[in-house]
Amino acid sequence: MDIHINGKKYKAVQGETILEVAVKNGIKIPTLCYHSDLCLAGNCRICVVDVDGAKTLQASCTAMASNGMKIWTNTPKVIKARKMNIQLLLGSHFGECYTCPRNSNCELLKLAEEHGIEELPFPKKSKRTRELEITPSLTRDPDKCIMCGRCVRTCEELQGVHAVKPIGRSNDVRIETFFGQGLMHTSCTMCGQCINRCPTGALYETSCIQPVWDALADPDKYVVVQTAPAVRAALGEEFGMEPGTRVTGKMVAALRKLGFNKIFDTQFTADLTIIEEGTEFLTRLKRTLVGKEKGLLPMTTSCSPGWVKYIEHFYPDLLTHVSTCKSPQQMFGPLAKTYFAEKEGINPSKMLTVSIMPCVAKKYEADRPEMNASGYKDVDYVLTTRELAKMMKTAGLDLKDMPVEEYDNPFGISTGAAVIFGATGGVMEAALRTVYEIVTGREVPFKNLDITPVRGMEDVKEAEITIEGVTAEYKFLEGAKVRVAVAHSLGAAKKVMDKVKSGEADYHFIEIMACPGGCLGGGGQPIPTSPEIRKARARAIYEEDESMAIRKSHDNPAIKKLYEDFLEKPNSHKAHELLHTHYLKRKRFDKVK
Amino acid sequence: MPAAGFILEKIKQGEALKKAFEINRAEITDIIKDSGLKGRGGAGFPTGLKMYLCGAAADTVKYVVCNADEGEPGTFKDRVILETIPEKVFEGMTITAYVIGSREGIVYLRGEYAYLKSELENVLKEMRKNNMLGENILGKGFSFDIRIALGAGAYVCGEETALIESLEGKRGEAKNKPPFPVSSGLFGHPTLVSNVETFCNIPHIVDKGSLWFKNMGSGKSTGTKLISVSGDVKKPGVYEITFGMKVKDLLKLAGAEETKAVDIGGASGIIIPELQFEREISFEDIPTGGSIIVFDKTRKMADIMENFMEFFLDESCGQCTPCREGTKYFVDAVEKIKNRKITEQDLKNLRDISDCMKITSKCGLGQASTNAFISILDNFKDELLS
Repeated sequence: MDIHINGKKYKAVQGETILEVAVKNGIKIPTLCYHSDLCLAGNCRICVVDVDGAKTLQASCTAMASNGMKIWTNTPKVIKARKMNIQLLLGSHFGECYTCPRNSNCELLKLAEEHGIEELPFPKKSKRTRELEITPSLTRDPDKCIMCGRCVRTCEELQGVHAVKPIGRSNDVRIETFFGQGLMHTSCTMCGQCINRCPTGALYETSCIQPVWDALADPDKYVVVQTAPAVRAALGEEFGMEPGTRVTGKMVAALRKLGFNKIFDTQFTADLTIIEEGTEFLTRLKRTLVGKEKGLLPMTTSCSPGWVKYIEHFYPDLLTHVSTCKSPQQMFGPLAKTYFAEKEGINPSKMLTVSIMPCVAKKYEADRPEMNASGYKDVDYVLTTRELAKMMKTAGLDLKDMPVEEYDNPFGISTGAAVIFGATGGVMEAALRTVYEIVTGREVPFKNLDITPVRGMEDVKEAEITIEGVTAEYKFLEGAKVRVAVAHSLGAAKKVMDKVKSGEADYHFIEIMACPGGCLGGGGQPIPTSPEIRKARARAIYEEDESMAIRKSHDNPAIKKLYEDFLEKPNSHKAHELLHTHYLKRKRFDKVK
Repeated sequence: MPAAGFILEKIKQGEALKKAFEINRAEITDIIKDSGLKGRGGAGFPTGLKMYLCGAAADTVKYVVCNADEGEPGTFKDRVILETIPEKVFEGMTITAYVIGSREGIVYLRGEYAYLKSELENVLKEMRKNNMLGENILGKGFSFDIRIALGAGAYVCGEETALIESLEGKRGEAKNKPPFPVSSGLFGHPTLVSNVETFCNIPHIVDKGSLWFKNMGSGKSTGTKLISVSGDVKKPGVYEITFGMKVKDLLKLAGAEETKAVDIGGASGIIIPELQFEREISFEDIPTGGSIIVFDKTRKMADIMENFMEFFLDESCGQCTPCREGTKYFVDAVEKIKNRKITEQDLKNLRDISDCMKITSKCGLGQASTNAFISILDNFKDELLS
């Protein structure tokens, strides 16, 4: 069908919104509550357009294109109304931009600038009316909320968590948790996906920047840093680089300039996770197939703390299915404060471990009371990708100008299998590369080790690998068809877990990441996010894998040495003490006080 | 013009329904279309067209919803209907259900009318006993039943999409249209939502024909309208008028004296001064869902403004920007008007906000919420600004 926009004819398909047709044809209509990851709300009334024959202006994000429709996107009437709605939002927004964590990346501020808003026709909100809510992972500033509802839609549709809803009416309406008890008393998984979609500074990570500066400045402290795989595929965006730019070596250089004593890589413990988790998986397979035990399979991954908290709240009866392996971040902490500290003769009480994560749930994870296997808090501070960028900017370091440097040894040595932890399907692919080889003595039967069926952005991916030609030790697996599933976003996790719960699923191994796209789409990553941006980051991750000299975790020489020198063997008693954990059955929300 | 008087009269129950069963469905739709019956809740959408659209929607599950959320300030005619002739409403719903092919009807009853629920349920029980509801109604192979659902007190839930959200157990907020409820309503199924009074008209039209109905009223406003008259009148109450009645004639009927202003359409309506009492109550001139509030010369217009704007400050659902953020400035403005502190610039700004609310609010609530303020400002400038 044909529609007319600003007097020109365009093709449209049934079911397309006016906005979609406009975007497709390079016509910009300003939006605010609209987000490419979420369902349509039509709340903010910024994207309004004039449609011939309609009494009122139409929200282009929700109004469907229809044949012969005549649309005007920039008439004086439209611009005046749009401007007024921006002014109305600004009027009730507590805009102390100079102290706002989003002051250089605020969609409301950008709209105000684009529409030339120089003053408001009414008095502006100048005082705080609500308190900040501060959790270990995220901070909510209700005074900056403009009620676009993106966080609610993210939490409901994308994540299926339903931790927040609008309550109250009229100008008293606000986003709240169940009975206003606060996020820590609900099923909030701390994934931080709401942060990535918040247009203003109403949601952001609870910052650890200051204590990290303090630690770096303290001559008495030995500060080691670990960087998660997904950070290197996104940090560049904070410095104006295209999404998907790989900045690993430059990031290492910047961290060294910031003054960290050792620059280590979470990928080292990602490789370790594969060995521990792969071994655990084989044990579970044996106990199930040979020992006929129940409740051990499918085994799910445990790297994503948002996912772990989700299953604790939503499927507490299925916790035995979750791998007991700690996440790579939490394997790193105790190893740094035991193995590495011993080796280097550093007093672990003087050591601080900082991690750079694409994630805000990692902050919560580091604070979990059981995470002190070293006898100290295993991971002291977690910084998001965004926080690292801020620290670099404070220190006058532009990533673009950084030289390319190498990680320190021994925890800087890693493989391609560890890099891909950053993308959905990556843990599964890395595990299969190793497990298949352990069992058969041969490489996985995929060209160039690329297990493509578990890659890509489909929300649930399934694959099957037939195991043939096993070694004597794994006779019980000869001819077995290992079925795996990969889910990213908690909404996708629900799809898979419902099947597990009902017994309908016949998977053996499931990878679940709380965030869309996996860690590369994490709640601590640069804002904005979109399907395209996540695809670009994934491309960078797989390129990095390709570029690595070693691409299988079990070939990592530093990991082999770690077992020889310290852990003895996979799943050993010592490994269990330091690298494995347990989970908590939680309720959906706490009892109302 | 004399009161026409049939809506509130009892009818022989089931007569119209029996008749409907003898005519085919398309024919009933045509009769209702031809009668010119329009929705009595205020919006005035042609009922026959709604029936046609919902009937044509392809789905095995459809709903008939009676909007009894009578929340407009100053209207109480639906309450009177439900107190006196609920069986007529139910019969109208049943005929509608038969026409569109629905098996389930729901009366969305205003929370404040909860006290009516048990009596309404008794009537439904009686109708089931008489085989006017339930399985195989009157042996004609058609099954339909009705249940009562209670609202929780939000004005916006009178808006059909918000009402449907509320029925689904969600927060009452207007949804994007399209899709309209006739194609995708309650739980995603085609849903015909009509006002209590609209359903009351249906048995009469089926029984007596569209010509009979068309002969009442004026122009495109056919039939009669129940009007709730309140305020400074000697005889407040529910009046049934034929469309086209002049405001001044209604005032006379109700015994209004020294009238200064009349609010037509409740909080969302307009307030007219004496000069305009010649105007007619009709879809063409001043449409109304049924609320008429009369103010005599002792009333201060700023108080009336304040009352209505505070109402909207309370009742905006808070979902869309213009309605949520705009309303409070009007409440502030009334204060300024009362203190004689309002400036020309203020009034210009308020009109700009009002224009924006009218054309960009997501639903009728925000689009209409400054009507009272602006019409009082326009019609009583001297009193307010001198």
